[in-house]
Amino acid sequence: MVVDLKVEKVSKVFGTFKAVDEVSFEVVSGNFFSILGPSGCGKTTLLRMIAGFLEPTEGQIYIRQKLVNGIPPNQRPVNLVFQNLALFPMMNVFENIAFGLKRRKVEKKVIEAKVKDILARVGLSGFEKKKINELSGGQKQRVAIARALVLEPSVLLLDEPLGALDLKLREQMKVELKKLQAEVGTTFVYITHDQSEALVMSDFVAVMNKGRFEQIDTPQNLYRSPKTAFVAKFVGDNNALEGEMLKKEGEMVLVSAYGHEFWVRAGSYRLGKKISVFIRPESFLLEPEENLSKVNRLKVKIKDILFDGANSKLLCLLPAGPEIMVALPQNKKFAHLKPGDDLNIGWFYEDSLAFS
Amino acid sequence: MAGKKLGFYVFFIPVFLWLFLLIVVPHIELFLMSLRTEDWVGNTSWSLANYKNFFSEPIYWLTFVRTAIYSILVTCITAIIAFPVAFFITKVANPRFSGFLAVLLLMPFWVSELVRVYGWMILLRESGVINHFLLQLGLISKSVEMLYNDISMVMVLVYTSMLFMVVPLLSVLESLDDSLIEAAYDLGASSWTILTKIILPHSKPGLTSGAIVVFMLTLGNYLTPNLIGGKSSLWFTEQIYTQFIASFNWNQGAAFGFLLLALSSLIIWIGLKLTRQNLTKVVQ
Ligand SMILES: Nc1ncnc2c1ncn2[C@@H]1O[C@H](COP(=O)(O)OP(=O)(O)OP(=O)(O)O)[C@@H](O)[C@H]1O
Ligand SMILES: [Mg+2]
Repeated sequence: MVVDLKVEKVSKVFGTFKAVDEVSFEVVSGNFFSILGPSGCGKTTLLRMIAGFLEPTEGQIYIRQKLVNGIPPNQRPVNLVFQNLALFPMMNVFENIAFGLKRRKVEKKVIEAKVKDILARVGLSGFEKKKINELSGGQKQRVAIARALVLEPSVLLLDEPLGALDLKLREQMKVELKKLQAEVGTTFVYITHDQSEALVMSDFVAVMNKGRFEQIDTPQNLYRSPKTAFVAKFVGDNNALEGEMLKKEGEMVLVSAYGHEFWVRAGSYRLGKKISVFIRPESFLLEPEENLSKVNRLKVKIKDILFDGANSKLLCLLPAGPEIMVALPQNKKFAHLKPGDDLNIGWFYEDSLAFS
Repeated sequence: MAGKKLGFYVFFIPVFLWLFLLIVVPHIELFLMSLRTEDWVGNTSWSLANYKNFFSEPIYWLTFVRTAIYSILVTCITAIIAFPVAFFITKVANPRFSGFLAVLLLMPFWVSELVRVYGWMILLRESGVINHFLLQLGLISKSVEMLYNDISMVMVLVYTSMLFMVVPLLSVLESLDDSLIEAAYDLGASSWTILTKIILPHSKPGLTSGAIVVFMLTLGNYLTPNLIGGKSSLWFTEQIYTQFIASFNWNQGAAFGFLLLALSSLIIWIGLKLTRQNLTKVVQ
């Protein structure tokens, strides 16, 4: 396992504000690594330090085992795809992609072959002579990625490159980008605030909040066993119930909330008195059978039905409690449900998590 | 439909009248005048004598060439100085101060050109401020005359033209996205490559429109060459002035005026051709 990028206790301070706070991680060669976090959490700052546009206040960055602190961006073996793409409008597609190769004094013949090859890879064969302003959003996207990929960087950094696209195109590009990464085998470090992008494409995802990494894990683990309340809230949909801890037995805690008592799994080892319980919409059982054991049960009132095909949800009201989102399977069994109905729901102890 | 037409005329007629009455008519008049000569009794007749004079008298066409060369020189120097200034204001300086810096640059242009030129004279003349300081510091032992030579004249012409170059450059550099510079840097470009491949191509329209304005203003400047330039630094506008006012030879003056117009048009045309641009794009 070759480690392409290693970030060690990197911090960045602007004046008195700590934008990035002791972040450490490693990316193995060929991986698709995402950094996921809300706007303003320091993602771009971190990426710009890796690219060389900012110097870390503290900490070291290694690219392929080589310390790169102090090395300017034009001499680092990484390339950045900018948030706004930053294609050169004064050049055509060919010149844009050839720009980096020309700087390396690559032979003209080789440049032409490489540009042709990379354009074919991103599905834009024959676009060499096009001007940048003649391209659609998705095509610009691909040119920007091709321009960086053609240099065969050790690590390709991408700063929310799909941010400017409309939803439909974004869904499509998500899949294409993942495919492209698998084909070329370049290590990708991808930053985004869109959890679905991160989950779909990545081998590993780091969840970032206020300059810190909360958890680095595979998408499956992040979703199934978040380590902090922030991750539970940020990754995927989740219902949060506020309550008090009554007692703890091994992995399980007994929680009292809104006049009910539940057994839930302890998300973190130490828990205070006040805790939040997280249950995913699809963890709910509708009308659970009486003989099931280890199930918490609730009676709720249906407030609304949010129909969205396979993603349809019930918006339920817990008496004296918050609204609860419950996944609604699209089958005959529950077709009769309508707003105003009372409904018994439940979930296995295992499927809920408590954090302080 | 009718409303649209009316709107068109409302805007078109003043523009047309302005162009026609103030520019086209006088020029036609001047052009006709330049083609006539007066003999010693005062009878006028059609002839090309005025244009012939220009080519047969070396003093005329030498001044003409000199004016053209110096104007090009002034334009180049202005561009070379203005570019870093504009770049500093838009890209380097703290954005909070860039507005202030731009105003600072505008300030000297609130006073008339005459006052500005006199200001320079106060600085440069034999008993002027600079001489005074140099004497005080003991760097020179005797006052030197810094006025009335080509170097001072070019310097003041550059100073006078600065604004007209900086303003278009400011706006064009303002529109240059910083991430383009960063992207080029990231792709391995050196500072020089970034300047020549990204910044200059992007600034071309601003640079060209600034250069056209500066060139025309310098070519047609009368005050600075007259006051700061020496007896030997003749400017072509001075020749025109002499013909009209001193010699009362309006026909000759008109011919010179037309030659100047032709010269400036020709040089701008060549400049645009060399940089592969066209005027409509530059003006936008
Ligand atoms: N040059 C700077 N000087 C001072 N503060 C800065 C500077 N650059 C960024 N910051 C601050 O650092 C924080 C993190 O910024 P950053 O651009 O890294 O956020 P981000 O996670 O990329 O957000 P987004 O998703 O909106 O792009 C922000 O609060 C921002 O205000
Ligand atoms: Mg950002």
